[in-house]
Amino acid sequence: MLLLLKYTLLYGIVLMLVALGGMFSEHSGVINIALEGIMVVGSLGGVLTVAMLPKGTPPVVVVVAAVVVAALSGMIYSLLLAFASINLKADQTIGGTALNMLATAIAMILAKNFNGSTSAKISYTNKDFLFKIGGLELSIFIPLGIVLLALSYIIMYKTRFGLRLRACGEHPQAADSVGINVYKMRYAGVLISGMLGGIGGLAYVIPSVQTWNFEVGVAGTGFLALAVMIFGQWKPVHIFGAAMFFAVFKSLANIADSTFLAQLGWSSNIYNMMPFIASMVILAFTSKKSMAPKAEGIPYDKGSR
Amino acid sequence: MGKQKRSLGDALRQRSSGVLAALLCIVIGMLCGLVVLFVINAEHAWGDGFIRILKGGFYDFPYGVGKTLTSAAPLIMTGLSVAFAFKTGLFNIGAAGQYTLGAFGGLYCALVLHLPWYLCLLAATLFGAVWGAIPGIFKAYLNINEVITSIMFNWIGLYLVNEIIYARGTGVMYDARGTRTWKLADNAPAALIPSCGMSELFHTNNTTIAIFLAIAMAIVIWVVLDKTTFGYELKAVGLNKNAARYAGINEKKNIILSMTIAGALAGFGAGLFYLSGGGEWNPLNSTSLPGMGFNGIATALLAASHPIGTVFSSLFISHITVGGAFLPTKYFPTEIADLISGIIIYLCAFSMLFRGFIIKAINRGKQGTNVNAEPAPGGKPPVQAPKKEGV
Repeated sequence: MLLLLKYTLLYGIVLMLVALGGMFSEHSGVINIALEGIMVVGSLGGVLTVAMLPKGTPPVVVVVAAVVVAALSGMIYSLLLAFASINLKADQTIGGTALNMLATAIAMILAKNFNGSTSAKISYTNKDFLFKIGGLELSIFIPLGIVLLALSYIIMYKTRFGLRLRACGEHPQAADSVGINVYKMRYAGVLISGMLGGIGGLAYVIPSVQTWNFEVGVAGTGFLALAVMIFGQWKPVHIFGAAMFFAVFKSLANIADSTFLAQLGWSSNIYNMMPFIASMVILAFTSKKSMAPKAEGIPYDKGSR
Repeated sequence: MGKQKRSLGDALRQRSSGVLAALLCIVIGMLCGLVVLFVINAEHAWGDGFIRILKGGFYDFPYGVGKTLTSAAPLIMTGLSVAFAFKTGLFNIGAAGQYTLGAFGGLYCALVLHLPWYLCLLAATLFGAVWGAIPGIFKAYLNINEVITSIMFNWIGLYLVNEIIYARGTGVMYDARGTRTWKLADNAPAALIPSCGMSELFHTNNTTIAIFLAIAMAIVIWVVLDKTTFGYELKAVGLNKNAARYAGINEKKNIILSMTIAGALAGFGAGLFYLSGGGEWNPLNSTSLPGMGFNGIATALLAASHPIGTVFSSLFISHITVGGAFLPTKYFPTEIADLISGIIIYLCAFSMLFRGFIIKAINRGKQGTNVNAEPAPGGKPPVQAPKKEGV
């Protein structure tokens, strides 16, 4: 049971962080399919930082450096999406898909080059990221995630910035007419999603294992986070709930074969499938009154009516 | 007469601007690849790196070219799948899932039912079609974006197929020793697509007539889209759903049909690959969808969704991918080719912009000779040009 709780928390926080990132981007009016790629690049940046820092570095420095580098690499990568979809008015889903494909290639090339061999596996120590409460081993990403969740809520609903961001996703022309720079706000939305996606990528890779093979990327977690965001109806607190709900299934998939659940005879594939089916069902029922930002996916053109 | 001539010139200019934009994407992508090669290992970057990617399969003549053809056949099909959906206004990001289901359908008929190859291929097509129809139904009746549905059903499909094939190691189709499905050549030779001497010609064991089937399919799709009423209706729904409904076209039916056909094409592609003996399914891989589905997006975009263009762009992508595989792993990772194709799609996302520039450049060149020509369409998307004449 403790194991289930641990996996759920670890994985739920990852999903929540990335889904929050997607939320910021979509509220600004840019569909972010590239979350998967951003996670890969963020995790690569963070993991390389941990692997490259010398042995005796104090744990605080390691953690802060890794998180900052992951966030920065996610942001830099998301700039590519922002540039294509905001300045060049390119199709956002196509741009995002391209970035997902590119991310794996970039990660493998950098990882292989770092190793100087044909293996894309990078080893690191994750001790600095873990702490224990009773018998429960948790990662620092859990408190960090909770803080970021609170911050996201406040920024989204209690600040002028949040209101303006949401305005750009709902009706950019109206926002522009009252003097809000839509391009700037959309850049901000995509960059925040890059930051959260990058941290989420690191949070996915670091706590559970000490060697990561970048050939697998982040195994579809970015896409699952998109589902979480939709399931959470583009609202921070709902997203937290949805992330935990999805994470329970993912954890069941991980431990299905080793616990009492094995008697049910369900394999991990079935548990893996469930969150996707659940979000399809929710989508089907809520499609009539979707909470999706109205202007998402449409490039903003000042001249259009 | 003069008007007709001009419209012909316009059409030609449009066509060439599309090809030029694609070539520009390719050139920039290749240059980025070259830069990366130089950064990784400057000494070997040109001869052992760039030239080998450019040579592709020709580096190891008959064998390499055979490999290119084997991988090009399914790629043409997934490319067609995405291109067909694009033409009808839909983004089929679900080609990977449809491909997965197609692989399952084909392999099941081959390994369990021991059917001949053409029936297996048909089964692969049908399975893909069903998996494509689902997002279509969601789109038509519930107005849910097909991109989201397709992504969800990609993963549902992957887990479903893995579960059935693996079945905790007891699956009929699962070879526990190879941790993959059984090899067709040993277990169901009747299900292999006939090679007609192609394998001997190219010294491979999996080059078959698949490539010709794929090209034939591309021609069929081109005819359907450009020369039939059915294709016209599909495209009309894609361009403007409301206008199409006003013209008496059943837009719900057409959306579902488009996605079904797109799914069928992707499934057919999976059939071509697995029934050629191109590889075996690994049900333990639960972390990544078949790359063929996503590379199809690349080839469709590169061809600006033209069915015949998709054949060429698929051959090109296979060519550089095979070339990437021939890179000396001592110096370079083989993913350079993936990097190049990734950059190419990223550029394709705004190839419309390139087309605008190219048209501007062509028109500027023309203005010197013919001052009285109609006002240059400028940076406007070329699609608008024919409309002007109708008014």
